[in-house]
Amino acid sequence: MGKSHIHKPKRNFILWLMALLMLASGVEIVPQAQAEYGDVVINNQSDKAGMRPPIFPHWFHRIRFRCKVCHADLGFKFQAGGNQINMLKIIDGEFCGACHNGEIAWSVENCDVCHSGKPGTPTQVHGSTVQKLIGKPAPAAGQK
Amino acid sequence: MKLMKRLMAGTVAGVLVATLFASAAHAAEPAAAPAPAAGVNTFNRLMKPKSDRNPAQANDGIHDPTCEGTGLLQLPKEAFKDMPEASSGNYVDWVQALNKQLIKPRYDRKNPNEEPVVLDLDIVREVKGTMPDVVYPHDRHTMWLDCSNCHPDIFIPEKGKNQISMAMILMGQKCGVCHGKVAFPVAECRKCHSKKKDGSGGGKPAAQAEPAKSEPAKKPTK
Ligand code: HEC
Ligand code: HEC
Ligand code: HEC
Ligand code: HEC
Ligand code: HEC
Ligand code: HEC
Repeated sequence: MGKSHIHKPKRNFILWLMALLMLASGVEIVPQAQAEYGDVVINNQSDKAGMRPPIFPHWFHRIRFRCKVCHADLGFKFQAGGNQINMLKIIDGEFCGACHNGEIAWSVENCDVCHSGKPGTPTQVHGSTVQKLIGKPAPAAGQK
Repeated sequence: MKLMKRLMAGTVAGVLVATLFASAAHAAEPAAAPAPAAGVNTFNRLMKPKSDRNPAQANDGIHDPTCEGTGLLQLPKEAFKDMPEASSGNYVDWVQALNKQLIKPRYDRKNPNEEPVVLDLDIVREVKGTMPDVVYPHDRHTMWLDCSNCHPDIFIPEKGKNQISMAMILMGQKCGVCHGKVAFPVAECRKCHSKKKDGSGGGKPAAQAEPAKSEPAKKPTK
């Protein structure tokens, strides 16, 4: 698309209109994993620690809790990998540990139920628009 | 800022257009023989079949099928069996699922009876061009979210004080912080672009039975 005779702003508009058309058709064309929409892989430290990365399923939790519980009351920021979660915080009742404590939900000894990701899977929100467009995981922590 | 946005939109579109051309090139090839060889000439080459939706974790590409925990997880298809359908995302219409009380997500971590603070305030944003205007409904958001989830970090709470465009939404900003990641994705244009321009009718899609709205909103007791 190097040399085009179309005026630049106009060309950009056309390009992005086409992008929209494709989105509107609902066709998901970038080949990738087909995991459930909203699944979050958190892998800031797991690979390095030799654990499979944990996967947080939004669909499962939103059947049980409104967004407000986690994102306002418990302080989870809207950013995959952006909360510096670790096991010490979890056993002290922060983040996942506010519920996975044997009272509200099963407790932390069930390592595998959270740590069930394929080793090497980067931090990402699965099925995110950004991920689909760029064809790689959405930018992780640190950007907004 | 302006340049950034243009660059962003340009890149996004560029990638898509390249893919589009790639697929168009294929479409231009001679039509397949009557009995296509299985595999290469399937009717839908790029679009996923419906049966691939809501896959089991063991073959969703991110869970490790050899991990014991993976086998313990609930299958999305089982959970979504009786939910109202949508055409993208989780393929579940979460607004209707909640309104029809097919799900009863807690508003408080411990107290299952706490009621949400629902604000009934629609904000209309006029859109240039042919697309219907956008209606932003506070009620459908505050059933799930707290004011502080959006105000003031994502939106200044004052009509017209926020610049929003589709390019920003597609890149995960503004409405795109949630729509395209957890809430219904951008593909469902008409859920947002719901108000006809000539003023006749339109408006946000009708909500069937909204029990939470008929009750006066309560303040959390904490
Ligand atoms: C409720 C979900 C959950 C459970 C259960 C859980 N973890 Fe984690 N774990 C996490 C999350 C989230 C992280 C942060 C991941 C990252 O950033 O890579 C984490 C990080 C880790 C890390 C790397 C960081 C650190 O704190 O050292 C190790 C090692 C780890 N977990 C081991 C375990 C072990 C062992 C168990 C079982 C005794 C366990 N986890 C159970 C959610 C869980
Ligand atoms: C049970 C807790 C919980 C509930 C309920 C919940 N979330 Fe989340 N959310 C999380 C966790 C955990 C993450 C990942 C945070 C991390 O990686 O540090 C996340 C991340 C996100 C992100 C960031 C994605 C990105 O761009 O990186 C968005 C947006 C989001 N959630 C929206 C929602 C919405 C909308 C709802 C309600 C429909 C919701 N969440 C309900 C726990 C929850
Ligand atoms: C607001 C409370 C809450 C928080 C916070 C929370 N969970 Fe959960 N989670 C639950 C409940 C409740 C269940 C269902 C427990 C049961 O089946 O007994 C559950 C179940 C799960 C499951 C199993 C889903 C299935 O298919 O059965 C996984 C995996 C999980 N949580 C991961 C996480 C991770 C990882 C985090 C932190 C990033 C987290 N959860 C934070 C409440 C929470
Ligand atoms: C999901 C995000 C979201 C949530 C949650 C949310 N708002 Fe808003 N709010 C918006 C948007 C978007 C606008 C429109 C801003 C614009 O037009 O530039 C808005 C506008 C407003 C305005 C300005 C109205 C006007 O006419 O100027 C007020 C006041 C407001 N919100 C209050 C609240 C309160 C109170 C809550 C909680 C009960 C809340 N909002 C929750 C997104 C949200
Ligand atoms: C903080 C997260 C968040 C932000 C930001 C957000 N939304 Fe939503 N929105 C949701 C959630 C959650 C729902 C419930 C439906 C779902 O999850 O698919 C929803 C539902 C809606 C609905 C109702 C659809 C219906 O079926 O009735 C509309 C319309 C909508 N959003 C438009 C917008 C617009 C326009 C903006 C930006 C001005 C916006 N939203 C910003 C989270 C968000
Ligand atoms: C989550 C809500 C939402 C969805 C879904 C959505 N839009 Fe938008 N759209 C908006 C908002 C908000 C604006 C900005 C309106 C304004 O100028 O204030 C907008 C603006 C636009 C504009 C005006 C030009 C621009 O770039 O801002 C066009 C054209 C448009 N949308 C097309 C679409 C199409 C086509 C789809 C479906 C593929 C779609 N939109 C889906 C919320 C949405």
